[in-house]
Amino acid sequence: MLSPESLAQIDRELTKYPADRKRSALMSALRIAQIEKGWLSNETIEFIAHYLEQPPVAAYEMATFYNMFQLKPIGKHKITVCTNLPCALSGGADAGKYLQQKLGIGYGETTTDGKFTLMEGECMGACGYAPVMLHNNHSMCKHMTPEAIDKKLAELE
Amino acid sequence: MLEVEIDGNKLTVPGGSTVMDAANSVGVYIPHFCYHKKLSIAANCRMCLVQVEKAPKPLPACATPVTDGMKVWTHSDSAVKAQQGVMEFLLINHPLDCPICDQGGECQLQDLAVGYGQSGSRYEEEKRSVTNKNLGPLISTDMTRCIHCSRCVRFTEEIAGFQELGMPGRGEHTEVMTFIGKTVNSEISGNVIDLCPVGALTSKPFRFSARTWELSRRKSVGAHDGLGSNLIVQVKDHKVKRVLPLENEGINECWLSDRDRFSYEALGSNERLQKPLIKQGGAWQEVDWTVALEYVANGLKSVIEEHGADSVAALASPSSTLEELFLLKKLTGALGVKNTAANLRQQDAAFATAGVQWLGQSIVELADNDAILVVGSTLRKEQPLLAQRLRQSVKHGMKLSVVNPHNDDMLTNLHGSVTTRPDQLVEGALEVLVSVAEQKGVAVPAHIDASGITVSEQAKLIATTLVASEKVGVLLGSLATEGVRAAELHAVVAAIAELAGGKLGILNGGANSVGAQLIGFNTMADAFAQPKKAYVVLGAEVDFDTASAPKAVAAVEQAEMVVVLSPFQSCAYDYADVILPVSPFSETSGTFINLESRPQSFNGVVRPLGETRPAWKVFRVLGNLLGLQGFEFASSEEVRDEALSAGIEGKLNNAPAKAVNVKSVAVSGLTRLAEVPLYQIDALTRRAPGLQATVDAQAAATLRANAATIAQLGLVAGEKAKVVQGGEAELVVAQDDALLNDVVRIAAAHPLTRHLDAAAALQVVKA
Amino acid sequence: MATFVKGVVFEDVDFENPDSWRLEEYVKRGGYAALQKIVNEKMTQDAVIAEMKTSALRGRGGAGFPTGLKWSFMPRSFPGQKYLVCNTDEGEPGTFKDLDIIKYNPHALIEGMIIGGFTMGATVGYNYIHGEVFEAYLRFEEALEEARKAGFLGNNILGGGFDFELHAHHGYGAYICGEETALLESLEGKKGQPRFKPPFPASFGLYGKPTTINNTETYASVPYIVRNGGQKFLELGKPNNGGTKLFSISGHVNRPGNYEVPLGMPFSELLELAGGMRNGKKLKAVIPGGSSAPVLPAEIMMNTTMDFDAISKAGSMLGSGAVIVMDEDTCMVKALERLSYFYFEESCGQCTPCREGTGWLYRVIHRIEHGQGRPEDLDLLLSVGGNIAGRTICALGDAAVMPVQGMLKHFRSEFEYHIENKRCIAPGY
Repeated sequence: MLSPESLAQIDRELTKYPADRKRSALMSALRIAQIEKGWLSNETIEFIAHYLEQPPVAAYEMATFYNMFQLKPIGKHKITVCTNLPCALSGGADAGKYLQQKLGIGYGETTTDGKFTLMEGECMGACGYAPVMLHNNHSMCKHMTPEAIDKKLAELE
Repeated sequence: MLEVEIDGNKLTVPGGSTVMDAANSVGVYIPHFCYHKKLSIAANCRMCLVQVEKAPKPLPACATPVTDGMKVWTHSDSAVKAQQGVMEFLLINHPLDCPICDQGGECQLQDLAVGYGQSGSRYEEEKRSVTNKNLGPLISTDMTRCIHCSRCVRFTEEIAGFQELGMPGRGEHTEVMTFIGKTVNSEISGNVIDLCPVGALTSKPFRFSARTWELSRRKSVGAHDGLGSNLIVQVKDHKVKRVLPLENEGINECWLSDRDRFSYEALGSNERLQKPLIKQGGAWQEVDWTVALEYVANGLKSVIEEHGADSVAALASPSSTLEELFLLKKLTGALGVKNTAANLRQQDAAFATAGVQWLGQSIVELADNDAILVVGSTLRKEQPLLAQRLRQSVKHGMKLSVVNPHNDDMLTNLHGSVTTRPDQLVEGALEVLVSVAEQKGVAVPAHIDASGITVSEQAKLIATTLVASEKVGVLLGSLATEGVRAAELHAVVAAIAELAGGKLGILNGGANSVGAQLIGFNTMADAFAQPKKAYVVLGAEVDFDTASAPKAVAAVEQAEMVVVLSPFQSCAYDYADVILPVSPFSETSGTFINLESRPQSFNGVVRPLGETRPAWKVFRVLGNLLGLQGFEFASSEEVRDEALSAGIEGKLNNAPAKAVNVKSVAVSGLTRLAEVPLYQIDALTRRAPGLQATVDAQAAATLRANAATIAQLGLVAGEKAKVVQGGEAELVVAQDDALLNDVVRIAAAHPLTRHLDAAAALQVVKA
Repeated sequence: MATFVKGVVFEDVDFENPDSWRLEEYVKRGGYAALQKIVNEKMTQDAVIAEMKTSALRGRGGAGFPTGLKWSFMPRSFPGQKYLVCNTDEGEPGTFKDLDIIKYNPHALIEGMIIGGFTMGATVGYNYIHGEVFEAYLRFEEALEEARKAGFLGNNILGGGFDFELHAHHGYGAYICGEETALLESLEGKKGQPRFKPPFPASFGLYGKPTTINNTETYASVPYIVRNGGQKFLELGKPNNGGTKLFSISGHVNRPGNYEVPLGMPFSELLELAGGMRNGKKLKAVIPGGSSAPVLPAEIMMNTTMDFDAISKAGSMLGSGAVIVMDEDTCMVKALERLSYFYFEESCGQCTPCREGTGWLYRVIHRIEHGQGRPEDLDLLLSVGGNIAGRTICALGDAAVMPVQGMLKHFRSEFEYHIENKRCIAPGY
């Protein structure tokens, strides 16, 4: 189901918590699984639940509560743009509009070539760097002016 | 003790009490939805907000601890304003579909909305709608009505022991559901219906069949396990429409097993008999009662005259009432018949106790032990609510251990666990006994030969705990008492209890197993070993309710006369001569004596269907017809009083009737674990469609084995296997890793397996 | 990015040096000396707490609770496991200071937490890091590895006879986990749903054990206090508002960023530090303490100093020190609509008033913004808000209501204009 590398990473996460508190590693295990698989299918969630000896519905609760988890297949590059007020005051909403126009898709949609998925995000804790967007959850892109967006998208081609 | 003032009334409460506890103790009602005394505190509905002196904002009564000198106002302007605000929020997204909601009339939201809601809504945005979920055959959903109180979720996690329900999602998108595609499979799942304060979770079998205010509520007692759960049976037009728990803290608390809750569906089954039947010239004829009873009386008399009283046996279901059993015993006794049995699944003739088998202590005392060892019991399926009770005890520190022929999940933290082959339970228990004896520095009793026993780490752990604990219980389950080596197991487990200073308990499955023994219904160990000329069968179905169905069926088939008293059509059509329609528990008054020896009497909740008669009345008439003395009972209460005139307590004794020699043996080869499935326990559960549609019922129709055994037998999971054991059966194979190698789990008492003889040689091949 | 003025958390950090965050550089500028001091001088737990109290350090996460007092609540003599937790789940719109602390000076946080662990008798700590800043999580893991190798973490730290292990825990996108008990739930592998208090974390925290939770900036201030004494820290700020504070300045300013300045600095000076208003526009309003703090109009802000007490007096909250600056072109209806959407989106859904009420608030404001407002909507908003505030398990309910109340208090006429004319009085963001 998951690669040995991913399982090793999950095992390392498990060392952080008391032996009888495997549930604590649910979030990181789901993250690790999502990195490998691109998204979290029901099978993946159930696998993680069993791996950590937790009820499947408990793992599913995690996967549906935290909004960086993807429960449906998405594009190769997920772009999440922050449109919250502090970012919006510095062009965040405009960056979102520019991305929609440029990619030809709305929030929550994926380009037909399966390359990009665009998401509207909430505060990423980086308002001073506005506009900001996240690439595939883990890479923060700062000062996303139209030129910077063009450049970033070109890099991701 | 803390002093607190609630709405101006001063009272004292124990430390640790919440404001809700304090209010409850003086009968002050604080509106609430999420709070439930048996569940953890969630404080999420906010309906119980009250005003507390010096608190800047209203506080939830359910979660606020009482402090000394606290002053609380539950109905002040500030409290009511907060409660009304919460009610408005609860209603903005709640559908106004009370007229078509099954909860209508018993809905907490509806009731409280009358007191706290407004006549119109200020919410003019679109209402939320939520997709319904398939939770299985017992629980119906209307999830748009859900108010997110989380009681059902907490129930599955805390009471049922496994979080089957969750609340995936966030904010207003949160929805109660199972993991995608799963149903709720707990053996006590129906309790979420009672817990749901709105109409989001309702009973699927009951759905749309009556309005709650049309139902009358009548008390009764659960008929499907030894607990004797107290019931409220709800009735309309002389039909049972629904069964709910009646709270009894000493027995079922506020819960009910699904078996007791949903078996009522069988009461309206089209298999119900409505008139006495006599077989004439191979064809069944409906006759009136007089004809039928005269036929029975004459038949019995002539068999006895011809073959002697020993050629007659009276067999009964252990869930028959005390009154029925007493009169049947009295009747047959007067005719000189000694063969009476209600323990029809017992295989080992040597298994005998010095007195009536029982729990050995009360249910409440059992739950209060420091350590308990259960030997040979699929407890969750045998006695669902007892398993639940012990689960709660484990949370409070009880150390629960098992010696079992499987490693099924008890959904609790087991302290120690020894898993054996089904034919090696004795040896598993011996491991514990040897270690207990060693730690006590005494020898194993002389009649027990434990040579060749190696004590495993788990057995040692269990023994150490039993020896070190003050209050100890040792329980012998149905898998033990109904096995071929029951007497040996009993001897070993009795020795463990004695050496460890614990109480021995025996868990029998019938609603009235204790009562049956008290009456004397255990004088035959293997009722079919020597076939009789005549059988009177009360409530039991010999092709299911016996240790070896083929042997039992053969025995009744060869008899000259078989009288069957049953509410249902059944295979008795093939072998009986007379079939008398008698009342199920719902249509007769009677008494069950539960596992802890508590007699509980109940009345019929509906009138008998058609010409059905209560069996105790049938025996009364038969007694008169036979010209016997002492059958002039005016009521079932008189029968009961005579039945119990010698008392109960003095008759209880789980000790072995005599010392039984025990010898450990080594075994190998394929062996069968034959359990009675949860929903095949008796004639009623067998005919309850909802129960039969559960995952549990479906699993019973499979052959289960671990992966290695499946491979070794050349079987494939999901495909069929052919089982030869006396007779034959074809079963779908399923993997079950709770079993040891060479063990196949094939249900007993099941339509697909009833031609198998558990005592015969076993062969399993790919079909 | 971060601008150091006269600071504690970023003391001597060289923002130009890409290795400045490393342990070696941190030690060079006096790092881990506080820990060494505790060991060398055999400082007692009580002595550390006394310094914390003297410092008047108030929690930097938003509530401003005195840290020394919080530490004294911890049952230090409780014999079982105790935990120390750091809240780096920074997601309050406008706040981005903790990200920079981890990026530029993670060892100050680690040292602060080790000292916290020593003081509270907790042997295990967790730092819960906001989901969207994965790079900060990786950096913190790397810093932890450095600290482990150097013997600052582990058993018998510096020979002082106490043990402390620290782990990073990565969140995955839920603002509510910034609430301390939601954070604990999340750390236990559950949905981040706040717990009802009491019991407080000091008695029933992580895994049900006594737990102290502080904000990143709070812990990162601890080494300075231990090294220099609480009095010196106090003197950096003003009475009851000790020390310097990181202000995250965003919005219509020329140089958004983090500014570490003494508490009590006039807002006008802080605005100057951030380069003044962008494009020479006029200041219209400021949200002075993160998105949940009530908005204050320019005239009030320009006469206010930046400290807990002064902002509170002005009718708002210093909160986490997130200063959102809005110019004359900002439409307050649109601004509030976005904030209300945020609280609606981030409500955990656990308790009724917040689950049902935040959506109600947002939908009404959304209607107003889109020209479908009704005159009675404004009173409805205040009434619904009143039914949320103070009735929920955690502060998110209040947080969702305060922006509404603040906006309607100071800019009601703009909302009325919007309802009447079905359009903004100001251009937009």
